[in-house]
Amino acid sequence: MINIWEVNETNNMVEHDNLDVRTITIGISLLECIDSNLEKLNENIYSRITAVAKDLASVGEKIEREYGIPIVNKRIAVTPIALVGGAACHSPEDFVTIAQTMDRAAKKVGANLIGGYSALVSKGMTKADEMLIQSIPTALCATERVCSSVNLASTKTGINMDAVKLMGEILLQLATQSKDRDSVDCMKLVVFCNAPDDNPFMAGAFHGITEADAIINVGVSGPGVVKAALEKVRGENLEVLCETIKKTAFKVTRVGQTVAREASRLLGIPFGIVDLSLAPTPAVGDSVADILCEIGLEYAGAPGTTAALAMLNDQVKKGGVMASSYVGGLSGAFIPVSEDQGMIDAVQAGAITLEKLEAMTCVCSVGLDMIAIPGDTKATTISGIIADEMALGMVNQKTTAARLIPVIGKGVGDTVEFGGLFGYAPIMPVNRFSCDDFINRGGRIPAPIHSFKN
Amino acid sequence: MKNAADRAIITVVGKDTVGIIARVCTYLSENQVNVLDISQTIVSGFFNMMMIVDMNGAKVAFADCQKGLDAIGEEIGVSIKCQREEIFEMMHRI
Repeated sequence: MINIWEVNETNNMVEHDNLDVRTITIGISLLECIDSNLEKLNENIYSRITAVAKDLASVGEKIEREYGIPIVNKRIAVTPIALVGGAACHSPEDFVTIAQTMDRAAKKVGANLIGGYSALVSKGMTKADEMLIQSIPTALCATERVCSSVNLASTKTGINMDAVKLMGEILLQLATQSKDRDSVDCMKLVVFCNAPDDNPFMAGAFHGITEADAIINVGVSGPGVVKAALEKVRGENLEVLCETIKKTAFKVTRVGQTVAREASRLLGIPFGIVDLSLAPTPAVGDSVADILCEIGLEYAGAPGTTAALAMLNDQVKKGGVMASSYVGGLSGAFIPVSEDQGMIDAVQAGAITLEKLEAMTCVCSVGLDMIAIPGDTKATTISGIIADEMALGMVNQKTTAARLIPVIGKGVGDTVEFGGLFGYAPIMPVNRFSCDDFINRGGRIPAPIHSFKN
Repeated sequence: MKNAADRAIITVVGKDTVGIIARVCTYLSENQVNVLDISQTIVSGFFNMMMIVDMNGAKVAFADCQKGLDAIGEEIGVSIKCQREEIFEMMHRI
């Protein structure tokens, strides 16, 4: 039977080390909603989402109460809207109406965010894909809870450089449209290489076309728990360190697995995956950068950071895989700048640069995340940064992403406030040399040689 | 063995005082909640108790039991938690 020390350990993780379930995300297929009449389509989408997710908030609260584990977000992910709206939408404005419908539905069921205002264009763009992308700035400014993602590249298809170029321009438009609010709407948009179909985390969650009608995916958290465990093995060798991370990841993931199973049972929707990511928050002690410091770096970004992060990421996966029957999504360590106090400190100390962050994304999940850059950065430069990140994902057969926030009217040395879980970020300098001619060539980068495995 | 899903863990943490266990146990027995195991210790001067209980046959719903225990905790100045056992089993057992 469970003993008092084990009970205290679990409760301490929640009370002192910020252990929580970051999100329960319901994936909902909207393929059955497709209609060529826009009004009917919107009606179908609203009733489908509000029917499937009607108990999301209450079930989340019930689980939270009974297990004593905080569940921070309840979210929804839907089929990429470019696919759903293709038959009914004849202009970007038409697509915006769908975003508004998603927003209304999310508010109705009490979902914090709804993802899936997305297009998958890793090889080419359909007319609908292009219209959806064109509509993103207006759609995200006109809504509160809608998140958007675009998959620009994959190991199998290469990089769609036309779309990469377009996204650089779209991101600046989005930044400009929300410039009176420090361009914050940019944090609701992310671009991917090898986007997973079952990611529960925002802004990149969408319900992939390989998925069933509805599915429950859960994202755990726990950087604070790992940090606290490592504090107890200070000075020990790497073997002890790795064992400690694995054991802790096991425990954290088990929480996610239990919550996912229970949510699935109560909602009557099949369980999909647990995402093993270490997702930081701005709360003190809930930081991935602090784990790197605990491993032995003065600041995240110091020499050795990439190696330490690679080890951390791998041990999290090894511990987590054992704890859950199905893992998926992004699974690894997130290294957002604004959402992680230790990372913010590293930027402010001058310890970490955009280029070092790029290197770190080679060995952990996701990529350049929540990074504020000067508002006068050129569109082609943004596209260049995105292209670099896509290339890392394509060649290394992993997911990479970029969520950049060009803050209009601000420059290096300024700070931007996003609020709540999103934290704040010092604006980071960007390499000022031009890549115009490269980005303006157009076309696509062919799939890498190791994609031909048939 | 009774259904494990009906088992809950009650923890009481706070300043030691006369009658903590008595108050909690009285409430549980009034509501037909069966105590399976009790362990108690003092951690850095604080009273620390854990009970494993079986709520199969309890007269109150889980959420109401939590509220009842909360009220007792407030009255005697300790923190009382009631959580389903499954979460601990999952975390600490392979």
